[in-house]
Amino acid sequence: MCGIVGLFLKTEKYRPRLGQFTARMLHEMRERGPDSAGFAVYDRGAEGLTRITVLAEGARPDWGAAAAGLEAVLGAEVSVRPVRDHAVLETAGDGRRARRWLIENDPDIDVLSYGSQIEIYKSVGDPDLVVERYDLESRSGTHAIAHTRMATESAVTTNGSHPFATGADTCLVHNGSLSNHNQLRARLERVGESFQTENDSEVAAGFLSWRLREGDTLTEALERALAELDGFFTFAIGIADGFAILRDPIACKPAVVAETDDWVAMSSEYRAIAQLPDVGHAEVWTPAPGRIYTWSLAA
Amino acid sequence: MSPAADEAPPDPSSAVAVTVDLGETSRRELNRMLHQAQAGSFRVLNPRGAHGLACGLDARVSVEIEGSVGYYCAGMNKQGSVSVNGNAGTGLAENIMSGTVRITGSATMSAGATGCGGLVVIEGDAGSRCGISMKGVDIVVGGSVGHMSAFMAQAGNLVVLGDAGADLGDSIYEARLFVRGDVESLGSDAVQKEMRPEHVAALARLLDAAGMEADPGDFRRYGSARGLYNFHIDDIDAELSARREAS
Repeated sequence: MCGIVGLFLKTEKYRPRLGQFTARMLHEMRERGPDSAGFAVYDRGAEGLTRITVLAEGARPDWGAAAAGLEAVLGAEVSVRPVRDHAVLETAGDGRRARRWLIENDPDIDVLSYGSQIEIYKSVGDPDLVVERYDLESRSGTHAIAHTRMATESAVTTNGSHPFATGADTCLVHNGSLSNHNQLRARLERVGESFQTENDSEVAAGFLSWRLREGDTLTEALERALAELDGFFTFAIGIADGFAILRDPIACKPAVVAETDDWVAMSSEYRAIAQLPDVGHAEVWTPAPGRIYTWSLAA
Repeated sequence: MSPAADEAPPDPSSAVAVTVDLGETSRRELNRMLHQAQAGSFRVLNPRGAHGLACGLDARVSVEIEGSVGYYCAGMNKQGSVSVNGNAGTGLAENIMSGTVRITGSATMSAGATGCGGLVVIEGDAGSRCGISMKGVDIVVGGSVGHMSAFMAQAGNLVVLGDAGADLGDSIYEARLFVRGDVESLGSDAVQKEMRPEHVAALARLLDAAGMEADPGDFRRYGSARGLYNFHIDDIDAELSARREAS
């Protein structure tokens, strides 16, 4: 099953309450995914700085040592902000390089995201508790993507939880299952992508990161995804200044979208969207199979 | 009024609609109330996309829901009349036996699925697989229907005032499909058929029952080419001689 929510705030009006609204939406999706939950929040960030969200589940993390190691590799300062078993490392150095170094050199650490605007938090357990533990409600920002998971393709673990991000400010949540992910993973590894799980959805995130890194627009990357990903999917996708929705051509996995002048929201079920302000005046529709929907802050 | 558990049950035979606010009353309580009623009318407020509203009715009760509903609204309906002022999620009126279900907005996947009788009216659009495996229900859609609609449809009528998505009527048995707009593609074994006077008359009755303004002459009819049936009339002689030999 799994539950997906995405909220993209087009205007300033509700940005201070991004986390609060996302938490409300996620609460409604608990029954679709009681195993685990995760969320990505995007805010404006600080000019020239990259944030790397890392997780050390079940380990006693020595964030100081990890930061010192990174500083030597990046030749730039790295600050640490611990958040329970997560931490946000901030640096003016190269985020992609930092991600790779952490994956290769610290087996206790999972790198959940990097970029100037994104932070990702995830954990096993009741979605409401995950929201509380990482204080989603206090977050402000421009957009958020979140997921409640009912595992089918891999174990109930934190690193099998969504959202998945392998590239800068790019993340994805997935309801469905892919059938050609092993083949694609091997192909993507050959072109420089690195993965941390056996999960099919991480491969989809890696595919988009690869295409965006190669210079595709979001729409072009999603066109390629439609042609090359085999399986069932409803995706909600975040990039630094944009938001997208894509369903496979069979479209078995549910999705509903609503849009007002101030926001775009998508979810697996309408009841999540019903929590939002002005929903009575929203245009509500079901995204068509195999059609790419994108929104941009730049517009 | 929102009846609490310790109050006397509402009198649904009264002319005034009983109002149930789902902000205060649980969905289970609402459905129990509807199942106990033998007649009368109910008005439901604040559905906020909840699933399973007004399911399993088996009496001449009328239910008006003010707002959008979630999955399986009015599922298995028998005799009841359910109207929704809003949109509906997956499986609106699935397995309806009789009675009427009407929504003013759009429905997502599998509206009217496996319905055996009654009438389903969707004033907006219906998503994919509208009328999948329908077995006698009449479905009238004011807008368009999505892909794979009337898949394996067995009996009943699907009327679409707008367009139909890909693979309309795939593997259809004997249901009748009427579409006014464009059909993106027909599914396996579905074909366009002649619109004879009896079809025009039947369609006029359906449009009238649904309260839709449209000229039956503007529609095309689709049905089964009967090429996928296991039994072929052309094979009857071979079949009979094989049976004679076996006996």
